[in-house]
Amino acid sequence: MAESSEVKVLGAWPSPFVMRARIALNIKQVNYAFLEENLGEKSELLLKSNPVHKKVPVLIHGDKPICESLIIVQYIDDVWSSAPSILPSDPYDRAIARFWAAYLDEKWYPSMKGIATAQGEEAKKAVVDQVVEGFVMLEEAFVKCSKGKPFFGGDQIGYLDIAFGCFLGWIRVTEKFNGIKLIDQAKTPQLLKWADRFCQHPAVNGVMPETEKLAEFAKILMAKMRAANPPN
Amino acid sequence: MASKVVKKGVKLIGAWDSPFGKRVEWALKLKGIDYDYVEEDLPKKSPLLLQLNPVYKKVPVLVHHQKPIAESLIILQYIDDTWKHNPNFLPLDPHGRATARFWAQFSDDKVLRTTMTAMCSEGEKKEEAVKSVRTAMEYIEGELNKEGKKFFGGEDSIGYLDIAIGWISHWLPVWEEVGSMTILDPIKFPAITAWTANFTSHPVIKHSLPPHDKMLVSFHRLRKVLAPMFT
Repeated sequence: MAESSEVKVLGAWPSPFVMRARIALNIKQVNYAFLEENLGEKSELLLKSNPVHKKVPVLIHGDKPICESLIIVQYIDDVWSSAPSILPSDPYDRAIARFWAAYLDEKWYPSMKGIATAQGEEAKKAVVDQVVEGFVMLEEAFVKCSKGKPFFGGDQIGYLDIAFGCFLGWIRVTEKFNGIKLIDQAKTPQLLKWADRFCQHPAVNGVMPETEKLAEFAKILMAKMRAANPPN
Repeated sequence: MASKVVKKGVKLIGAWDSPFGKRVEWALKLKGIDYDYVEEDLPKKSPLLLQLNPVYKKVPVLVHHQKPIAESLIILQYIDDTWKHNPNFLPLDPHGRATARFWAQFSDDKVLRTTMTAMCSEGEKKEEAVKSVRTAMEYIEGELNKEGKKFFGGEDSIGYLDIAIGWISHWLPVWEEVGSMTILDPIKFPAITAWTANFTSHPVIKHSLPPHDKMLVSFHRLRKVLAPMFT
């Protein structure tokens, strides 16, 4: 597919996974049409483009759909291969970035979601501790990957910055709703500074929703979930 | 503690019956890369394993120039990135790469894991899992038909997705037997069945497959250990 073919992103503004695709395209300065999905009612285009998972994001390049956010980010890096690179150039650094991105999606994100659904204070504390434990490991990873520079990717935002940073809106909403600090000065001082830098980056600040707006959305979502699943 | 002298720059920590470790072995052998192999005596985890993979504490781990890399699919891509000679596991075109990655991830999540669930559970749970695996396999069957070649990697080349689903060729029959279930019906899945025959007769693959009867014993044992988690 030629670099110049039309690019569309099927997505939803609150989704961190959708944000990954948009940040990657912004880094490469690729123009794209953002097609907002109403997730209560999935469009024909979404169902046709992602028949396997029926989820956002989907990148449609020309007439070809690409699904799964991290796969989309790598695709974007492969197609628009002129600088700036998103994946590190060194194979080992690349493997480490992929490792932590996969960890975020497979281990960390489910525990993060668990904070909202935890029943009782003790259960909630246990899940919060798990989430913070994950951040402590990521703090270490940040020190190793950044090598003293501002981002996991070094001077520029890279793959792991995108994979992790997309969650910052939701992390802040969770902190607000629960009166806790998940990323804090005591345990994760580097991540705290990185988080601000990431959110202010020009490729990010246009697509990262404001915490207030996301919080309002979260309230509506939780109310809907409670209505659908009333406690016994 | 017996010290293992590292003869070569590449070391693989694995377990003889692990489908994940075997992927890495296949990749190294297909590229003709010399390596030392360290067998983990699972379920005991050695201090070496805990040091090299503190996050997951699992095999396989590849160590190259003393740096550890964990997670089999990530290791595969590392091998492809580092030793750029043929065979290239991932296709060169971006869309082909995205497709291979997508189906590898899909098959790990929806085929492999669910087969494990089916193997370790009983009754309705087992039935549901078997049904779910068969539905997922239909996608893989469809993709193989689309390719119309011997392997996903091409007419003669084993590629990333072939390696990722390689477990189907040799572990699935064992898991079917251990779990008293049938998943890969050759009439419903002719393309996967043909692919299995081609895969296991490839000269590199053929000589690497662990003995079927030993695997039955080890996976029966594993099933006993895991079954309580699936009730």
